[in-house]
Amino acid sequence: MAAAASMMPIFGHQISSKNDLVPDWNREEVSTGTTIMAVEYDGGVVIGADSRTTTGAYIANRVTDKLTRIHDRIYCCRSGSAADTQAIAEVVSYQLGFHSVELDEPPLVETAANLFRASCYRYREELMAGILVAGWDRRKGGQVYCVPIGGMLVRQPVAVGGSGSTYVYGFMDSNYKPGLNKDQCLELTASALSLAMERDGSSGGVIRLASISEDGVERRVILGDQLPRFSTH
Amino acid sequence: MALSTVLETPGAGFNFENATRNAALEGLFGGGQTPKPLKTGTTIAGVVFKDGVVLGADTRATSSEVVADKMCAKIHYISPNIYCCGAGTAADTEKTTDLLSSNLSIFSLNSGRNPRVVMAVNILQDMLYRYHGQIGANLILGGVDCTGNHLYTVGPYGDINKVPYLAMGSGDLAALGILEDGFKHNLELEEAKELVRASIHAGIMSDLGSGNNTDICVITKQGVDYIRPYQESEYKDKRNIKYRYRPGTTPVLTEKVVTLKLEVVQEAVQKMDTA
Repeated sequence: MAAAASMMPIFGHQISSKNDLVPDWNREEVSTGTTIMAVEYDGGVVIGADSRTTTGAYIANRVTDKLTRIHDRIYCCRSGSAADTQAIAEVVSYQLGFHSVELDEPPLVETAANLFRASCYRYREELMAGILVAGWDRRKGGQVYCVPIGGMLVRQPVAVGGSGSTYVYGFMDSNYKPGLNKDQCLELTASALSLAMERDGSSGGVIRLASISEDGVERRVILGDQLPRFSTH
Repeated sequence: MALSTVLETPGAGFNFENATRNAALEGLFGGGQTPKPLKTGTTIAGVVFKDGVVLGADTRATSSEVVADKMCAKIHYISPNIYCCGAGTAADTEKTTDLLSSNLSIFSLNSGRNPRVVMAVNILQDMLYRYHGQIGANLILGGVDCTGNHLYTVGPYGDINKVPYLAMGSGDLAALGILEDGFKHNLELEEAKELVRASIHAGIMSDLGSGNNTDICVITKQGVDYIRPYQESEYKDKRNIKYRYRPGTTPVLTEKVVTLKLEVVQEAVQKMDTA
């Protein structure tokens, strides 16, 4: 079996036969080809994502919710393979929930981020998942942790991810300043996501935003016709 | 392991030891030598309406270019309140839904409740993710439970989407066109049935892999109405020739009788203990 082992197919490509009746989009893996963003402010975090899930060139879901609840005050933004990120988020949700019950207190955002990192790093060859973990806890307040593909873990005051993020690094670098308040963060996130969705084919739909603080989680949706508009051409 | 949870899938279930070998072989021979699995090349759709969920499917099963089954049942029973439409490889959807149905029956018997749709979805997601897309099942699950009316789709890699209306299979684009145009929240029963029928019909007309009749399954709190077929194909063939032959149609030319020589070697009488 040595010959077969060296020709190991990569998971996520080509389910089986090349039947003409089954079009391309049925054979590709579902990806969240995305733009996600998370910003810290004093007292909490603001997270945002677009809502497009693609299978090749077909939009499988145009109203996806990529902001997934991990715990009461901890959310994650998912990008990469839809199946992989959903599975990891469920596993981490369970682990964190159990940990929280053992401790008998709300878990730390850093703990959640480390749980993500543990799974993403250990199974880095099999998984395709880029995740932003963001939330609020009593010890350090609002925090954003970035766990990109490969399983690195780094804390950043502002982070973007997904295929559309490349188009907004410049915008983010020039417009983010430390000391913004919640509304400014929401505006910044909505603008950045809108710009990315404008340019990236794999991002689009509506903007889903959430702000997490000690008081709880506030979710909102910005519909397609209400997106911030920038271009004049 | 708690009693009310579902039985673990036995390790001896699907065996994909040959998947890597087959992939390597396909590359070596470079051109369709491996036998093609029976695909349902399908149109399936689902819509959530005011009082429940309507599921619809076509009835054609194809094996490459040949229609293998003209009256294939693609809406599978999962539990009294949950039904599932399957697209993809026919064997995979059939077996996966059977497995799910059995597991949920055990749960029902243990707990005395009807399973929730989200439970069925989670079990499917777990299983399909574990097999990394090797099980080619694209499923639409619809059902009514104590928390409301739900419609989910589960992909072969184990990703789920929860939406008010859906279409899957090779005819999904055509069906989705009709659904996008006609869907509204809180449709009435007849409107919902007509919308699903029209969407499946569009799939049948525009996609070669879908065809023949349309099945509809209406699930409400009161019960299930599985209408099979809901709409028959306009192109049904009317066979003029009878294929039943009278005994004696084939003439007997010669007859040869050979008696088998059997002798009694041993006779043993065992009395049954009926006390």
